[in-house]
Amino acid sequence: MRPLNRFSKKQSSSDPAPSRMSYRMERLWLTPSFRKIVRVGMPSFLVVASLGVYFSNADRQQAIADKYTEIRRSVEERPEFMVKLMAIDGASAGLNSAIREVMPVDLPLSSFDLDLEAMRKQVESLDAVKRVDVRVRAGGLLQINVEERVPAVVWRGPGGLELLDQDGHRVSALDSRAARPDLPLIAGEGANAAVPEALALLDRAAPIKDRVIGIVRISERRWDLVLDRAQRIMLPPKEAEPALDRVLALNEAQDLLKRDVTHIDIRNPDRPTLRMTSDALATMREMQGIKVNSN
Amino acid sequence: MTDLYQSQRAMRNKRQAAMQRGVVAVLDVGSSKIACLVLRFDGPDSFRESDGIGSMAGQSSFRVIGAATTRSRGVRFGEIDAMHETERAIRTAVQAAQKMAGVRVDHVIACFAGAKPRSYGLAGTVDLHDGTVTDNCVARVLSSCDVPDYGADREILHAQPVNFAVDHRSGLGDPRGQAGNSLSVDMHMLSVDRAPIENLLYCIKRCDLELAGIASSSYAAGISSLVEDEQELGAACIDLGGGSTGISIFIKKHMIYADTVRMGGDHVTSDISQGLQVPMPTAERIKTFYGGVQATGMDDRDMIDLSSDTGDWEHDRRTVSRAEVIGVMRPRMEEILEEVRVRLDAAGFEHLPSQRIVLTGGASQLPGLDGLASRILGQQVRLGRPLRVQGLPQSVTGPGFASAVGTCLFAAHPQDEWWDFDIPVDGYPARSLKRAVKWFKDNW
Repeated sequence: MRPLNRFSKKQSSSDPAPSRMSYRMERLWLTPSFRKIVRVGMPSFLVVASLGVYFSNADRQQAIADKYTEIRRSVEERPEFMVKLMAIDGASAGLNSAIREVMPVDLPLSSFDLDLEAMRKQVESLDAVKRVDVRVRAGGLLQINVEERVPAVVWRGPGGLELLDQDGHRVSALDSRAARPDLPLIAGEGANAAVPEALALLDRAAPIKDRVIGIVRISERRWDLVLDRAQRIMLPPKEAEPALDRVLALNEAQDLLKRDVTHIDIRNPDRPTLRMTSDALATMREMQGIKVNSN
Repeated sequence: MTDLYQSQRAMRNKRQAAMQRGVVAVLDVGSSKIACLVLRFDGPDSFRESDGIGSMAGQSSFRVIGAATTRSRGVRFGEIDAMHETERAIRTAVQAAQKMAGVRVDHVIACFAGAKPRSYGLAGTVDLHDGTVTDNCVARVLSSCDVPDYGADREILHAQPVNFAVDHRSGLGDPRGQAGNSLSVDMHMLSVDRAPIENLLYCIKRCDLELAGIASSSYAAGISSLVEDEQELGAACIDLGGGSTGISIFIKKHMIYADTVRMGGDHVTSDISQGLQVPMPTAERIKTFYGGVQATGMDDRDMIDLSSDTGDWEHDRRTVSRAEVIGVMRPRMEEILEEVRVRLDAAGFEHLPSQRIVLTGGASQLPGLDGLASRILGQQVRLGRPLRVQGLPQSVTGPGFASAVGTCLFAAHPQDEWWDFDIPVDGYPARSLKRAVKWFKDNW
């Protein structure tokens, strides 16, 4: 019995059953792994992939890198970070100019660009510099504090005259001995390695200081103290200072060095030996009544 | 029979897999509604794997996390009549239940009422060789039952050992470890028509689901609405459904008989429709609002409008008294109950120690039905509702959902069936070898 009035009542509702397709989709959506893929996996993949595509272009990479460096530069080159002056303390005039010469930077420069450690190494590589510390001070000042090496001896080495400090480290070259007459002269191969020893010996030889010309290293082992009038005091390799003291005591007592001897050989401390000039030898033999057949 | 054994075993494996995954759906394909419940099984530690004889899932606890009901279409007498209609109805129910549960279900345990179930009682006996009953003996005695010729186009739905006896001690639930000379078993076997099962399988397969178990809805209604002592002492459950009425008899917690009467609430509706000349939806409405089986004097004065919309003024303004409606309904209900009575008598229900009858199912909500039923079926009649199950929504706790809830219980605590035991493959060779050894021992 169909009702005549079509609009009087709502007709029986349409089929509530889901279509096969929507049923399957719903089931797929309720699958936990699929759900996770769609809700987490796919968006993150899309983000990563789009970023990857965007950045895979070399021009864009370049542009981004340029922009980055530009921003970095603009910060670094603010006047607050600029170093405008270099101040060197504790260096003599010559060293000062040498340091300014070796310093690899052209001021003004941003403090970000300064490699203080490298600069310190560079300055320290100079022979005349014992210790240096480099720092950037407020107000854009590059402060370099230098401790100079003090020359203690003149070394006549294989490469000419050189000034050495008391540890034997090279300070600088020297043009002539006359330029530094105040410093003692040492000579011989390997003498620079034993400068403290030489200085101690020269210190001991203070009583005959005006006669000392220099001290010579023999065979990198022992010293010869060279005096004027071609006299030499040959010292032993060990216990050189007491031996020198003995010679000086002899000199004090008997004016040994004023006599006609050329070498005072105390290399063996138990048996000091003198070498005399030929005239002195002849005179002594005559005094002793010894005739020598000299033909 | 091995064929069926294999398919039932496959279903058991699927059910076990579903329980491992933790989610399984229960589908009640009825004539008037299709209900789908989604169960979640909690934790694998609640499954105690027993060693063959015990129930498969042990004491697994479950919770209903999704429930949906839809009007059934294409199902008559509990059997699928129009495949595609039914498939769509199943899809609707499953989708709604899935949506409520928020998970996808792949395995479904179905129950249905129709397909002409028929009960058989089987008995088997074997000798015990080593004097005690072992698992193997149980399997042997189960396979030694002589199966009657139940028809070529029929399938076995349930085959449950009901009673074991060792020598002359009967009534054993679990005979393992008992000493004796012979073991015998009584088994209850329920066979149904094959075509409805295949139709149901087809529909479920079309919904991308896998069948993990199948139960008779009269059995399911029985295990959900009979209380424990009723199941123990003997009771019948009458599941008054829409298209068919299921009968199941329980004793000692085992179903011993099941049958259906192919009449139900829908027939009452169609009687009203024919008797009062109203369309089916109106008849259904009149039945639910004004229905009854016991007319009183008051009912003569209680007039019901048969309003309709045909345009015929006379036809649209008819009224009937409630007594007339009851007069239409009562003979049909009496017919159904008489038929049930016949089936119970045939099953020998009057010999049970306790003759409790529990009415459940949607049509049992008819007012006054318990009075009518006690006149026809006997004094001990009560109206039953299904067991309370954790998480079950209020809307599906009515008696109409007895078989759906029963299938949940069936899924969680399955009873031992014949196919839960391994076929004793080593039967003959081991025995002959043993016999040879025995012969040698005896003679030397």
